[in-house]
Amino acid sequence: MIRTLPATLVKALALALFAFLLFGPLANLVLWSVAERWYAPFKLPVTYGLRYWEVVFRPTGDAMSSLATSVAIAGLTVLVALLVSVPAGYALARLKLPARTLIMIMFLLPQAFPSVAIYINVARIFYQFGLAGTVTGVVLVHAAHGLVYSVWIAAAAFAAVDRDLELAARNMGASPLRTFATITLPLAAPGIMASAIFVFLESLDEFTGTFFVGVPQVTTLPLLLYSASMGGNYQIASITALILLVPSVLFMMVIERFLRADVLSKVGQ
Amino acid sequence: MTTAAIEVEKLHVGYGSVAVLHGIDLAVAPGEFVAILGSSGCGKTTLLRTIAGFQKASAGAIRLSGRDVANLPPEKRNIAMVFQSYALWPHMTVLGNVGYGLRLRGVPRAEARRRVSDLLKLLNLSGLEDRKVTNLSGGQRQRVALGRALAIDPQLLLLDEPLSNLDAKVRVQLRSEIKALQSRLGFTAIHVTHDREEAMTMADRIVVMDAGRIAQAGAPKEVYDRPNSPFVASFMGADNTIDLEVAPAVSGVAIRAGTEPPIAWSGQAPFGRVTAYFRDDVAKLDHPGARVPGAIVLPGRIAQRAYPGGHYRYGVAIGERHFTVTDDRYLDLDTPVGLRLPLAQLHLFPSAKEEGGSYGSI
Repeated sequence: MIRTLPATLVKALALALFAFLLFGPLANLVLWSVAERWYAPFKLPVTYGLRYWEVVFRPTGDAMSSLATSVAIAGLTVLVALLVSVPAGYALARLKLPARTLIMIMFLLPQAFPSVAIYINVARIFYQFGLAGTVTGVVLVHAAHGLVYSVWIAAAAFAAVDRDLELAARNMGASPLRTFATITLPLAAPGIMASAIFVFLESLDEFTGTFFVGVPQVTTLPLLLYSASMGGNYQIASITALILLVPSVLFMMVIERFLRADVLSKVGQ
Repeated sequence: MTTAAIEVEKLHVGYGSVAVLHGIDLAVAPGEFVAILGSSGCGKTTLLRTIAGFQKASAGAIRLSGRDVANLPPEKRNIAMVFQSYALWPHMTVLGNVGYGLRLRGVPRAEARRRVSDLLKLLNLSGLEDRKVTNLSGGQRQRVALGRALAIDPQLLLLDEPLSNLDAKVRVQLRSEIKALQSRLGFTAIHVTHDREEAMTMADRIVVMDAGRIAQAGAPKEVYDRPNSPFVASFMGADNTIDLEVAPAVSGVAIRAGTEPPIAWSGQAPFGRVTAYFRDDVAKLDHPGARVPGAIVLPGRIAQRAYPGGHYRYGVAIGERHFTVTDDRYLDLDTPVGLRLPLAQLHLFPSAKEEGGSYGSI
């Protein structure tokens, strides 16, 4: 008992540190979101209130419109990513492709280089095609960024479907397309669903690409957060950050349900 | 003669450059139950998957009631297969699985449900229509897989080791159930297995495969009693061997085992050095010096004794070799005995090292 006391103490301290690292910034955000006045040398806000929440959620406010833009872009990004990742994932999982690894790595490329350098060039090219400052342009940038997750996870989800299950359907008289629609796709759906959620969140969070391609016409929530904190409006910035946090937390709760171990073990193979 | 339900002719199949089947010829009559027997890797599953259309044949023909299906995709063959893993669709109910083929064929929902329900009754699965297949026991899954295959009323049913994942009791029970179902519905079936007893008890005809070729085909009793090669003999359980020497004699042959005096026998055997294959239950204990007509007696001694119940099981040492014999009497260890082997029950083949030597008539 006595011998275990120091160990217990160390554990408790480590846990406290971990909790502080995790919840400290969050607590700061929450404090800022309800601080109507807070200045040095006070350690805590001077007056509390929900005035800024009201400002953010005011229907005519910037926050609500940029939230709508963010969600619309994220939704479209998921759509574009799925249109690529379902066929690509199936092909990577099932067909004998000669340059399989190379193709897999190609989807990783947008994330392998410093993003600023990439997006400056993307913005230049998009400008020539009239895509700069459009939702389409931003969606394309987000989709390219999200494809690595969506294709890799989709490939893993398809690979986890037992081939005999497809053969059994063919054996019963189903055409390849029918087999895909009734057997393969429903069985891979949880994994694909997880990849869609992932892409959605990535898009919701994305800053650099949106900044270079979308500004000034397209304002998403992260961009609003950026301009609010640049303008010294920490309340608005904190509330925006908290809003952005909600889908991530939801995701953490759903991901475990959708992504099973047998799919996870095949990611990137 | 009626057209064969399925006829496979000079079928060659390979994976890449590796040839797996080297010219298989097989015809199955309508309503016949054929078991393909072989050890793992002999190509029996490949043969089944090629017939089903999952694997492409590199040469040869597959005719289903006279129609060549070798180049048809699996969905156009009307051959149903029961997979070793059952391959039931986990996202569907029993009804969804069994009724899948019916719905594909445009059978209305209510009619499909009625037919599935009839089929499930036949398979002792009544009332499980809306159960998820993941909530079924191994035996039940097996039956659902069988039901799914039978639902489309296939011209041919393929069974790929369907019982190998079940425990012994369920396996024996399902053997007779499948057999009973087959004689009742009269479908043609090809059953692949590595289990000799399963093949013998279920099939009208067994086909023994070895290294991508058919080693022997025939009625179970015929293959069991008259194996045509050392491989088939040992696969059928005759895996004890002794070397004998056969010489022509006035009437029949003279057979000599080692330094024993030769025995005259009226049966037929290849001349020269032969290897005799026999099952444990063929050998009997006798006096060491006994001379029995039509049998050879090898002198040895009791090296081991066990009592498994009902009778004693002895390990008899003859020279360096050990043979297992059962006998009702109690004998002490080291008792000199004779191992009596009736010649008519030995399978005699020319010894491998003498291949190409003089052969007698078989």
